[in-house]
Amino acid sequence: MDKRTAFNNRWLPLLLLLPQLVITLVFFYWPASQAVWSSFRIEDAFGTTTEFVGLENYQVLFQTPAYYQAMLTTLIFSSAVAFLSLSIALLLAVMADRELRGGGVYRTLLIWPYAVAPAIAGVLWYFMFQPSLGMVARGLRGMGYDWNPLLNGNQALLLVIGAATWKQISYNFLFFLAGLQSIPKSLIESAAIDGARPARRFWTIIFPLLSPTAFFLLVVNVVYVFFDTFGIIDAVTGGGPSKATTTLVYKVFADGRLGGDLGGSAAQSVILMVIVIALTAVQFRYVERRVNY
Amino acid sequence: MAGVTLNTVRKTYQGGVEAVKGVSFAVPDGAFCVLVGPSGCGKSTLLRMVAGLERITSGEIAIGDRIVNEIEPAERDIAMVFQNYALYPHMSVYDNIAYGLKNRKTPKDEIDRRVREAAKILAIEPLLDRKPRQLSGGQRQRVAMGRAIVRKPQVFLFDEPLSNLDAKLRVQMRVEIKKLQKAFGITAIYVTHDQVEAMTMSDILVVMNGGEVEQIGTPSEIYRHPATRFVATFIGSPPMNLIPGEMMADGHVRAGEAQFRLPPHPFAPGRAVEVGLRPEDIVLGQSENAFPLKVDFLEELGATQLVYGRLNGAQLIAQVPSGSVAEAGGTLSFGIAAERLHIFDPATGRRAV
Repeated sequence: MDKRTAFNNRWLPLLLLLPQLVITLVFFYWPASQAVWSSFRIEDAFGTTTEFVGLENYQVLFQTPAYYQAMLTTLIFSSAVAFLSLSIALLLAVMADRELRGGGVYRTLLIWPYAVAPAIAGVLWYFMFQPSLGMVARGLRGMGYDWNPLLNGNQALLLVIGAATWKQISYNFLFFLAGLQSIPKSLIESAAIDGARPARRFWTIIFPLLSPTAFFLLVVNVVYVFFDTFGIIDAVTGGGPSKATTTLVYKVFADGRLGGDLGGSAAQSVILMVIVIALTAVQFRYVERRVNY
Repeated sequence: MAGVTLNTVRKTYQGGVEAVKGVSFAVPDGAFCVLVGPSGCGKSTLLRMVAGLERITSGEIAIGDRIVNEIEPAERDIAMVFQNYALYPHMSVYDNIAYGLKNRKTPKDEIDRRVREAAKILAIEPLLDRKPRQLSGGQRQRVAMGRAIVRKPQVFLFDEPLSNLDAKLRVQMRVEIKKLQKAFGITAIYVTHDQVEAMTMSDILVVMNGGEVEQIGTPSEIYRHPATRFVATFIGSPPMNLIPGEMMADGHVRAGEAQFRLPPHPFAPGRAVEVGLRPEDIVLGQSENAFPLKVDFLEELGATQLVYGRLNGAQLIAQVPSGSVAEAGGTLSFGIAAERLHIFDPATGRRAV
C-alpha cells in the first residue's frame, strides 16, 4: 500500500511541519549551538566582553584534576544507581508478577515515587538523613554509626545514590513488569515440566527474554543518572562536601552558574551532549532491532 | 511406562466456577486417549491437572501407582506439547530439545546422542542450529514433539497441538504423532475440539461437555452407540439428525410422515422420543423404514452429496452417493435399517435404544 499523501499545494506540507520545526529549532538547536559557540569563547571577569579562544576551554578542562574527579564520581554514581535501581526493580517486578490478592494496589503504590519531582525527592531524603534533624540519621546515630553526610564525602555519595535509585525504581519496575507479563505463560509452564526449578527458570528463560527490556532500561537509566539527577544532588548535598557528589552535570551548573566560567561550563555541556548522542545512537541501533533473540 | 487414572477429579476456581465436575476414567499403559468436547468443556483444565499446572480441588490423579496430586510437574515424568508450541525463543532448536535433559543433569555426550536421535526421527536434523522464529509452523510443531520424545517420559500430554497448522499439515502431523506414540509405546492424553482428530487418533475417546464426561469408549463404540444426544450430535459430520417422534401401540415410532420400526424395546405407547438418524445411514430408495422427503436443497461434496429436507418439523440431512439426486424440489423416498436407528429420551437426553 502506498502511504504517501499527495499535496496539491507545495506550501501546505511546510506549513504543517512548521510548528514542530520551530519548537525544535528554538528550544533545541539554538541553545545547543549557543553552547557550542560559547565553548569557544572566554568572558571577561565583568561579563561585558567575550573573546574567541578556539579550543582553549577544552584544553583547560582536560588539564583540570577536578574534571577527572567529577568524571570518576559520575562513573561511580551512575553505575551504582543503574545497577541498584535495575536489580531492585526486577526483584519487585518478579514478586508483583505473581497472582496476588490486591496485586493491583501493590503495583500502583510501587509506581508512585516516579510521580515525585526530583527536587522534592531530594528534599525528602535530605530531611530524613539530615544529621541533626533526620529520623533515619538519628536511628543510625542511635545505633552508634557515625552518620554525617555533611562532612563525610562517601556517606554523601551513598545518600544521593540512595535518593536517585529510589526515584528510578518505579520507572524500571513498570517496564520490567510489562516485560514479564509479555512472556507467554506456556513458556514458564513448559520449563516447569522440563524440570527447571523456579530459580533456574528465572535465569534460563525469564531473564534472557527480559534482556531487551533490561538493555533499554540500562541506557535510559544511564541517561537519567547523567542528567536528571541534578535536582536531587542540588537538594541533598549541593555537590558537596568538598565536591564529593559533584557529577559532570552538576559541575556544569557549579562552574557556569556559581563560578561564572561560562566558556568552560559550555565546553563541559558540549562533552555531555556528545555522550548523550552516543548513548542514544547505541540505543537506536541495538534496542530497536532487538538483537538479543 | 505407566497408565493414568483419574478418580472423581474436580476443579473449582476461585469465585466458584466449576470447570471439572467429578471426572473418573483410566487410561491403560500405552493407550492413546483423546479428550474431546466444545470450548469450555473442561478438557484442557483436566489435562493441565494431569500435568500439574493446575491444582486439583478434590479427587485423585495417579500416574502408574503413584498419586501425583501434590507432586510438582517436573517430578511427574511427563512431557507436554502446547498449542502454541511454547518453544524457548532465545534458544536454538538443539538447546530447546536438550533443555529438559540439561535440567536433569544428564551427561553431555548422552544429551547430544539423544537430541540427535530425536532430531533424526522427526527429520529436523538440518534445523538444529536455527532459532524458533526461523521455523515454519510445521517445523515448530516437530521441535515441540522432539522436546517431548527426547525425555522418554511416562506420559505424553498434548493440548490441541495441531490447531495452529493448516489443514494439509494437520492431517500429516496427526498420522505422525500417532505413529510416534505407538512406536514408543508411551501413554498419551490428547486434547482437541476437532472430532476428526478425536476419531482417528484415539484408542480411548472421552467426550466431555460442561465439565462432565458424557461418554467413554472406543471411537467406533462412540460413533455407533452414542450414550447421549450431545455425543450423537458432536461426533459425526454432518451431525446426526434428531427427529421428534411418538411411540405407537404397535411398537413403531411415528415421526410425521415416517413410521420407524424398532428392534424390541421396553417403551409404553404414547411416549415422546427423539429418533436419531446418521446422514450416512439414510439410503435413497430403500424400502425398510421408508419415508418420503421433499428435497429443499442439495450440497455437492464430490464423492457424496448432502440432501436437505424436513421431517416432522425438524431438519433432516441425508448423505448419498454423488449423482443420486439430480435437482432440488422433488419428493423422493428414503429408508434406513432398523439397527441403525438411535432412540433418545427427550427429557434426559440419554440414549434409550
